[in-house]
Amino acid sequence: MSEMFSKKNLKLLTNPLGDDNPITVQVLGVCSALAVTVKLEPAIVMGLSVTIVTAFANVIISALRNTIPSRIRIIVQLVVIAALVILVDQILKAYAYDVSKQLSVFVGLIITNCILMGRLEAFALGNKPWPSFLDGIGNGAGYGMILIIIAALREITGSGTLTLPGLGELRIIPLSFYDMGYANNGLMILPPMALITVGLIIWFQRSRSKHLQESN
Amino acid sequence: MKHNNTYIFLYASVMVVLVAALLSVASESLKETQQNNVKIEKIQNILSSVNIESTKENAQELFDKYIPAQNRIVVGVDGQVKNGIEAFGIDIKKEQAKSADSRNLPVYICQLENGDKKVILPLLGKGLWGPIWGYMSLNTDNSTVYGVTFDHKGETPGLGADINKDWFMEPFKGKTIFEGDNFVSITVHKGGKGSAERAGDLNHGVDAISGGTITSKGLEAMLKSSISDYVNYLKTNKQ
Repeated sequence: MSEMFSKKNLKLLTNPLGDDNPITVQVLGVCSALAVTVKLEPAIVMGLSVTIVTAFANVIISALRNTIPSRIRIIVQLVVIAALVILVDQILKAYAYDVSKQLSVFVGLIITNCILMGRLEAFALGNKPWPSFLDGIGNGAGYGMILIIIAALREITGSGTLTLPGLGELRIIPLSFYDMGYANNGLMILPPMALITVGLIIWFQRSRSKHLQESN
Repeated sequence: MKHNNTYIFLYASVMVVLVAALLSVASESLKETQQNNVKIEKIQNILSSVNIESTKENAQELFDKYIPAQNRIVVGVDGQVKNGIEAFGIDIKKEQAKSADSRNLPVYICQLENGDKKVILPLLGKGLWGPIWGYMSLNTDNSTVYGVTFDHKGETPGLGADINKDWFMEPFKGKTIFEGDNFVSITVHKGGKGSAERAGDLNHGVDAISGGTITSKGLEAMLKSSISDYVNYLKTNKQ
């Protein structure tokens, strides 16, 4: 047990949350981060879906890593990812229909999310299943965390609400503010502001961690 | 590791067959739940056009109560009722693609608790990014709007997507789609709040969504084209 959660293994979980974040440091998976962050609920579901798919794709590829012919390894990875994504999509359609409508095509587009292929190529092909699983969870969580931060910022400023799974739409900015002349910032719900929000988060993170700054 | 071609070929084949089998099993076993979700959503849309709130659980029950099966009829563009076709299962998109004379047009007649009858017509059109659809219910004069419900696949959030919000749908109530015997539909007026009033079109006009002009105009076109198929039916069956 202690070996399963050794320092080295725990780092696989925590690094992607900070200094090795897939979105803000590696700048992968940005397109879906822009698309599903208008409201909080789809962002949470998207984060969870990507985490599940990354973790299990990592485990499967890692378990098969000594049998996969290197010449067709990318195709094998794609098939595994595609199969998992279709499963997630089908399950969402059956048991979380409203959310799956909001995520629409973006669940399917997890297949092309660079984070997944990146982790499979860079980690799962060369490591044992358990570390690969942790790496997948870590990277999915790192991705989901940024999505949730962006979505919360955009929903509060753009709509004045927060939508949580199971709780529905919660009003954050009281209606009395609107009577006093407060208005939602409509720009925040358009894609460009998602990009700018990602930029701000990257700026914030780099200004705090000196070693992430490139010297030039 | 070096693998020969036979190994690669077998590896790929076995993998693909396994994955295909897995996905087929998943798809088949979840199909019923998924189709039920779609059906319930449609029922909820129809009910909300006559201002009946429903939940996923009681939607079917309310639907059978207010719009029993014999009140789900199919008419032709000529206004004649067509027998032997199930209205609920009709795919509006396929019907719109047919030539006008052969279209099967579903009509739902809702009997409210106070005895009032409302005619519900399905709508389908194009917004800015994709399809928009909805239902409109009319009073027995077959001209005054009793209620509407709109929805969309992926209009711009906060702008065109607001066609499914109450503040946009509410003003449709009480508007009329006929001027005398002429079908005029409902016009969506651009120019912010109160633009329908400024245009002097209080009987047949509502305000468009600022910043959502193309969706609003698409919705106007949807009303016009979808309802125009029903004009003969509405004229001959009004009370």
